Amino acid sequence: MADKTKRKEKPPVVESLLAPGHRACAGCGEALAARLIMDAAGSNTIVATTTGCLEVFSTPYPESAWKVAWIHSLFENSSAVAAGIEVGLRALGRGAGINIIAQGGDGATADIGIGCLSGMFERGHNILYICYDNEAYMNTGVQRSGLTPFDSHTSTSPSGSVSWGNPTEKKPLPQIAAAHGIPYVAVATASYYVDLQNKVKKALSIKGPKYLQVHSPCPLGWAYKPEDTIEIGRLAVLTGLYPIYEMENGEVTKVRKLGKKRLPVEAYLKPQGRFRHLFAKPEGKEEIRRIQKIADGNIERFGLV
Amino acid sequence: MKKIIEGSLALAEAVKLCRPHVVSAYPITPQTHIVENLAQMVADGELKCEFVNTESEFGAASVVLGASAAGARAFSASSSQGLLLMAEVLFNIAGMRLPVVLACANRSVSAPINIWNDQQDAAALRDAGLIQFFAEDNQEVHDMIIQAYKICENPEICLPALVNLDGFILTHAFEPVEVCDQKLVDEFLPPYRPANYLSVDKPMTFGALFEPTWYQETRYRIQQTMEEAKPLIEEVSKDFEKTFGRFSGGLLEKYRMENADTVFVSMGSVVGTIKDAVDELRKGGEKAGVLKVRVFRPFPTEAITEALEGVKNVIVMEKMISLGAGGILASEIKNAFYKNPQAPDVSNFIFGLGGRDIPLESILEAYTKAKKQKNRDVFVDLRKEALEVTY
Amino acid sequence: MSKPVGIVTKPGSSKVNKTGSWRTTRPVFLHKNCNDCRICVMVCPDGVIFGSDSSYDADLDYCKGCGICARECPTDDIEMVLEVK
Repeated sequence: MADKTKRKEKPPVVESLLAPGHRACAGCGEALAARLIMDAAGSNTIVATTTGCLEVFSTPYPESAWKVAWIHSLFENSSAVAAGIEVGLRALGRGAGINIIAQGGDGATADIGIGCLSGMFERGHNILYICYDNEAYMNTGVQRSGLTPFDSHTSTSPSGSVSWGNPTEKKPLPQIAAAHGIPYVAVATASYYVDLQNKVKKALSIKGPKYLQVHSPCPLGWAYKPEDTIEIGRLAVLTGLYPIYEMENGEVTKVRKLGKKRLPVEAYLKPQGRFRHLFAKPEGKEEIRRIQKIADGNIERFGLV
Repeated sequence: MKKIIEGSLALAEAVKLCRPHVVSAYPITPQTHIVENLAQMVADGELKCEFVNTESEFGAASVVLGASAAGARAFSASSSQGLLLMAEVLFNIAGMRLPVVLACANRSVSAPINIWNDQQDAAALRDAGLIQFFAEDNQEVHDMIIQAYKICENPEICLPALVNLDGFILTHAFEPVEVCDQKLVDEFLPPYRPANYLSVDKPMTFGALFEPTWYQETRYRIQQTMEEAKPLIEEVSKDFEKTFGRFSGGLLEKYRMENADTVFVSMGSVVGTIKDAVDELRKGGEKAGVLKVRVFRPFPTEAITEALEGVKNVIVMEKMISLGAGGILASEIKNAFYKNPQAPDVSNFIFGLGGRDIPLESILEAYTKAKKQKNRDVFVDLRKEALEVTY
Repeated sequence: MSKPVGIVTKPGSSKVNKTGSWRTTRPVFLHKNCNDCRICVMVCPDGVIFGSDSSYDADLDYCKGCGICARECPTDDIEMVLEVK
């Protein structure tokens, strides 16, 4: 039992800006990330969200879990809607000090919404765009997206007798964002939650377009036990498959080094049903080797070890 | 003040007078002069608003959606392919009951690609829940924008509007236009004060998920609102006359319909040509008239049946078609007379598609055809060589 | 009649939905080894763990029983037990 006399001021209990009672799956990494992000941003925030898990589980009329001003329009346009909000508030003289966040899943961001996203970056809007990367179109039943990792099983890139699952690597969205010349790009994960909140606060303190990609483990889509959400997300980082870092004005400025904590990719792949097929056949070892190469590449590129 | 200006500028002047907070722009022929004029006005400090050049029409429509939800008065414009690309957002704007006003420089739709005028683009959006106006001349273009904002922003309405002007024919034609006075426009159109908007002081959730237990009533409500818009549109035109000292607006316009037994029904700039044809016919002793449909949505059913009372023949001439069904305006006119014992004979002619020129003679020919072969739907002026093309 | 729809004017109104009815296991906070790290408060996806002073608990009206808190507690002060009615 800790020594009470040495304890500092007790932190107050604060109810989150994403209220409970929403319909996210038990153990949802995206719900966790969204709650932490909203709390880091604070109530002086207006949020535009795309169609997807987050929107569907949080706003079944007449209920809403959002305690911030919030709007959902379509699947691909949260960045453009946020742009409209930003200029509208400016024209009305009401925008000073208000955080504007646009958010969406990996499908909404990397695929269908990439045009609007690029336009928002290019025009220099003062908006933080958050991509909740759960690596597939989860809300519609786990279909493959541009951010689905190599060899992941999804319903539209299934493993089968002549397939190892998704044949392509993740679209390098952080690099695409940085190539637009925006001041801040960061990659985070729901599993390193303090880091996530720090990155949100830092992003919101910078003027201009910002991009934050948040790895959001999905117990249903990735097929693992809900209680393992934090652990799975940690393993993604520790194997080098999901490096977390910051880029400012195009240069990588901070990375989360792995050092001795580094693990082989099997540690991350084995607990997830979506990679189960790689362990079912001896030929799967070659695929795992290829995935290890991806991790090795990340580690070298970002200097993680 | 009277100026000789092209339709695009008449429209841009009207938008400027309405003091929009946000204008979003993406170019497409023949709308480009509209957004270019607005851009120049902003660059010269004449129009103080946020002007956003977006990455696509989809982006342009999304920007005005966001701006309107935040409480700003917003405007955008497009045409043809651009309007179709905006379609998803326009349904969304109507469903979210945001009073955005958009202009469409009516242009044909691809494929094949064609940049000239017809009204298929607006027709494709007729189910979306936007109030749709069709201008006959540049004066109407100017006046419709100003009245559109007043109608849409009425707290009982809260629906977006599409002001249609025929591409090239109006956008690029120079006509004398009485440009409204700013002070009078400010009197006529007060600042936009929505009841609900995105605010950190009063956070609300916009765009919730509506399950089957809740969705249907939203459509019922929009349908009801469209009905309520009909008398309001007439009322606003009377307000306009009181403020500006001249009449412009309303659901319909009647031309030489006194004692007419045959009436042309049409929309847009071609009505001018049809009026000339009717003058010719009247000279020759024919009892012809024109009924101009100024508001296409909500469809002015009651006003039309009233206006056409006692008319024996109706000749619907339109620049739109529902492929697989036929003329759109004609079927809606016929529908208006369903089970009406005094229903007139309705002929349907489709013309001007892809910008095909409509000479006076074609309209007189249609009149003759209508009198001979009643209720036969016909494409006007089909070209033999074009029909014989093998791909 | 024509009031705009699709707007929820009650922020946080999701609280009428008591998601606690979903769970099959429930966290029991032992209050024996707690060191006030507040990791449980942070990692709950639904944000339903409250407390202070080494005395934390889940709001059982909403707790979905995901088990993340128990998994992540560094002093093993939380146990997941089967929800029995």
